[in-house]
Amino acid sequence: MNKFSWYDAASVEEAQKEVNSTVSQTIQPDADPNAAVFKAAGIDLLDLMKEGLSQPAKVVNVRNIPGLDEISFSPEKGLRLGPNVTLSQIADDEQIKTHYLAFHQAASHAATPQIRNMATLAGNLAQRTRCWYFRSKDVVCFRKGSSTCYAHIGKNENHAIMSYGYCVSIHASSLATALMAFDAIIEIREKDGKIRLVPIKEFFVLPTVDRTKETILEPGELITSVFLPAPASNRKSYYIKMGSRKSQDWPMAEVAVVAEFSGTICKSANIALGAAAPVPVISTLAIEAITGKSIDETTAAHAGRAAMEIAVPLSENAYKIPVFEAIIKRALLAVV
Amino acid sequence: MKKIKLPHGIPDYNLGEIVREVPNSEPPALPVNKKLKVIGKRIKRIDALAKVTGSAVFTADVQLPGMLYGKILRADVPHARIKSIDISAAEEHPGVFAVHIFEKRYEGANPKKNSPESGYPDVIYAGQPVVGVAAVSTDIAEDAINLIKVEYEPLDFVVDLDRARKPGAPLVYQTDVDQEASSGGEDIEEGLKSRGNVRGPTTRSFYGGPRGDLEKGFKEADVVIERTYRTQVQTHCPLETHGVVVDYNRGHVTIYASTQSTKGTRNDFAKTFNLSKSKVRVISEFIGGGFGAKHSLGSFGVMAGFLSKKSGRPVKLMLDRKEEHISAGNRPNSVQFMKLGAKKDGTLTALKQLSYGTAGIGLGAGVGNIAQAMYECPNFKTEQYDVFTNAGPGAAFRAPGNVQGAFALEQLIDELAVKLDTDPLQLRDKIDKSMIRKVQRERAVQLLNWKKPKKAGSDPGPVKKGIGVAQAHWPRFVNLDSTVEIRVLRDGAVEVRSAVQDIGTGTKTVLAQVVAEELGLKAEDITVLIGDTLFPIGPPSGGSVVTGSITPPARNAAHDIKTQLIELAAGELNTDTDNILTENGWFFSKTDNSKKISFHDLAGKLRVEQITATASRSDDYGGFMVGTVGFEELGAVQFAEVSVDTETGFVKVDKVVAVHSCGRPLNIGQIESQINGGVIMGIAYALYEDRVIDENTGQQVNPNLDQYKMPFTFEVPEIQIELIEEYGARSSTDATGIGEPANIATAAAVANAVYNAIGVRMTELPITPSRILAALNKAKKENNE
Repeated sequence: MNKFSWYDAASVEEAQKEVNSTVSQTIQPDADPNAAVFKAAGIDLLDLMKEGLSQPAKVVNVRNIPGLDEISFSPEKGLRLGPNVTLSQIADDEQIKTHYLAFHQAASHAATPQIRNMATLAGNLAQRTRCWYFRSKDVVCFRKGSSTCYAHIGKNENHAIMSYGYCVSIHASSLATALMAFDAIIEIREKDGKIRLVPIKEFFVLPTVDRTKETILEPGELITSVFLPAPASNRKSYYIKMGSRKSQDWPMAEVAVVAEFSGTICKSANIALGAAAPVPVISTLAIEAITGKSIDETTAAHAGRAAMEIAVPLSENAYKIPVFEAIIKRALLAVV
Repeated sequence: MKKIKLPHGIPDYNLGEIVREVPNSEPPALPVNKKLKVIGKRIKRIDALAKVTGSAVFTADVQLPGMLYGKILRADVPHARIKSIDISAAEEHPGVFAVHIFEKRYEGANPKKNSPESGYPDVIYAGQPVVGVAAVSTDIAEDAINLIKVEYEPLDFVVDLDRARKPGAPLVYQTDVDQEASSGGEDIEEGLKSRGNVRGPTTRSFYGGPRGDLEKGFKEADVVIERTYRTQVQTHCPLETHGVVVDYNRGHVTIYASTQSTKGTRNDFAKTFNLSKSKVRVISEFIGGGFGAKHSLGSFGVMAGFLSKKSGRPVKLMLDRKEEHISAGNRPNSVQFMKLGAKKDGTLTALKQLSYGTAGIGLGAGVGNIAQAMYECPNFKTEQYDVFTNAGPGAAFRAPGNVQGAFALEQLIDELAVKLDTDPLQLRDKIDKSMIRKVQRERAVQLLNWKKPKKAGSDPGPVKKGIGVAQAHWPRFVNLDSTVEIRVLRDGAVEVRSAVQDIGTGTKTVLAQVVAEELGLKAEDITVLIGDTLFPIGPPSGGSVVTGSITPPARNAAHDIKTQLIELAAGELNTDTDNILTENGWFFSKTDNSKKISFHDLAGKLRVEQITATASRSDDYGGFMVGTVGFEELGAVQFAEVSVDTETGFVKVDKVVAVHSCGRPLNIGQIESQINGGVIMGIAYALYEDRVIDENTGQQVNPNLDQYKMPFTFEVPEIQIELIEEYGARSSTDATGIGEPANIATAAAVANAVYNAIGVRMTELPITPSRILAALNKAKKENNE
């Protein structure tokens, strides 16, 4: 690992003043040798630095800034989470479990208890893909500046089955999948202190738009809050993850469903898929298939199949299609 | 020679006695376990406290004055000629004390011609060590590594087994090659020719060569089954990576090593650096697992040697997890073309096995002797080929060959049982002549309330349950180069000294138990000093030989010590030696209980500070079957229960029942730990682990423990162990190992259970959701046609 200086920021303003680069920029061939980047728990940053992919000159710690790890909930306003809220805090919060079950489930199935105790919400959303070519310093992949996506032509059992262009990486955040289903809003503090609110659907960036990054965050921009809408009595949610292991593993496929009911009829639904595309995606085809229907084995299975109509699997990952079909069906049956 | 009567057989089954003629130096027969006080009990590991409190010193913990830290620059290309190496900047980097360029390869097969024009060996796999650096810290060594410039001229490469076999594939070696097998037990036949990347075939094992007439056998068969099986490359992943600290000091070398063979490491180093064995000392007090990959010095050990010699300082060189995956050994993959012929009643008439496997740039990719040895079949032939690829060298791995072989053979037998509509246990009763496995099957039938498995795939609903059985065969190897010294000191301390190492299996504790039993003491009274070549040489921890090789001389030496102490006691108690009884730390007069002296007080009467006795492993009582392979085998029968989600393809192992034997059990808890470990490793092999190498770059894409999948707590099922006590009357302890047999049958049992669940045979490992879904899909299409 490279040598770097450490800056322990006491306030958001101070941290933003110190930072001049995103972590993603440090991975590019034209990385600034004087790059200074944010670090919350440092879970992803440490992995990237150990492999030698990211070599920032300065690491600005935002973990100790007071007030960033709070959860507040009101039945009228909904849920507000600070950026340094840990995955364990989310998993352990009774209000979240009651009103935002899918989000609770996504947080409690991520990684390990030890990592969940450290990892923060904002860091989780801003982490980079786990594509094994991207993660190797011995391979210069498309995202790191070469003209070749090695996964596209090589070992791609874990990779995308839809919405990819050339790069077939998948986004790593399970929390993001659940937050997509809840239409979360991300509050970003810009470098000059201006606040902007971004719907989570607009937060992630496809490699077809910009291959060097996975979020819209610019240098020095910090996530300061994540908002989830107020709960509704007729709204239910569910999340299912399939990883090769039950714990301590990344999803091969995951789904989060948020649905509103009128009696047994699904009035509206939001169905988000993770590990399917380079960003978490909303399956409009599945939503269309289930909206206005009574959810049962047949309609739920139909929605699962509908979601996969646009899937274009790679050489080694066609198995993801039946897995998604099954978990979409099961998640829909679970919210009835 | 004298005749002694020893226990023979299995308690509650056929236990009796047998008379063996043994050398006069052998101790009296040891009675069965239930008559013993220390042996056969659940004795806590004598080093348990040191391990759980962190006071146990592993190689990575060793700190020596002035010690440097070594790092290796490894080639990041899979096949290349080295045009130039510039180490000048690294040499000048502050804190760097030595830089060494490898002038030849110290791993893989040795090509007979190895004289590259550049003066550097060609790179033949991504990860090959090129240059080493020793510096005052790991960080500085890493910085220096980054300053080295190597110019490569890339060459065509091949990493895939099937592609490497094809004519015109890039050649890993230009000439015929040979390789010395490690003490880990992988089969490597000398002098075989290569065609392209394909070397062999090996057609023989120590059990002999081909038998009978295959063509005739298949003609006689009522049923013929032909199937191709594939197994993946698995890496060893010991918790402690490979590593050494080498202190090359004025021609006298001390090496701290994480090794499965202190002897092998010492001998490798002495040979490589042209030193007398007496100038090289290897110390290995605690080892964090090896599983077969730590039998030799290793190229990293050679590098540490050069760096220490050059710098005149001790050098520590521990591999990181990536180096461990790409360069420190692996279980070779295999493709096995199997053909089996049988009569309607199950009698086997012919078995043909043709296999290819790749140990990367190394040899030893055979599929073992299990197909040859496990079942009675008059007509048998095997052809096992090694295929070279541009990948890290394989190494012995927990029952080398037989794990791959069992996956194919035991599914073939299962398929035969299904075809004949018979119970797979009854079929095995007919074709398996092993007495121990017969008893194991009988125990399992009672334990599981066994009946013939339900029709495959007959469960309703998407999640289907299944049960499967598979057997293990492992020869009872003995290593005669096993010597133990026992000392008793004047304060009553008892020391066991041997160079044998404890790789985590509990060797220290079983040595203490055997000696304590003989001397009438407790296991914790014994100090076990092992893992140091200053002590008498012990066996390598490979082939499951250690317990069966080192405990008999330990008992023999302890008996010798006891004889000396009894003579002393007889004098002190004023009685005959025949009249002395040793028990619970006391020496008694048999005829007068009031006449007694404690072990401690008796030791105080020694004429000199210590008495000592040394013994080496004797030949097996009753002789060997062949070479130093004993007559009885280490058989096992394992059962797996699985649930298969046919919608998602996910397999969950619900339970494993493992019925095992290892001669006389010495420490029940430790044996169970070994079996648990073997079963978990087998589940890993069945469902999860897979070294993935990218064909376009030649790089392993999962050289970590994140994307190289090992099972964690949630993946480990209930494991029920049934241990069968078995007396073979083969040595003064009659104990054997258990490490390897525990790992052979599991993957095949899981595969057979999956078949029973879904009615489709999984012929390729690991059994991933992707493979399950593809197989179900294929079967569905075939049924519709």
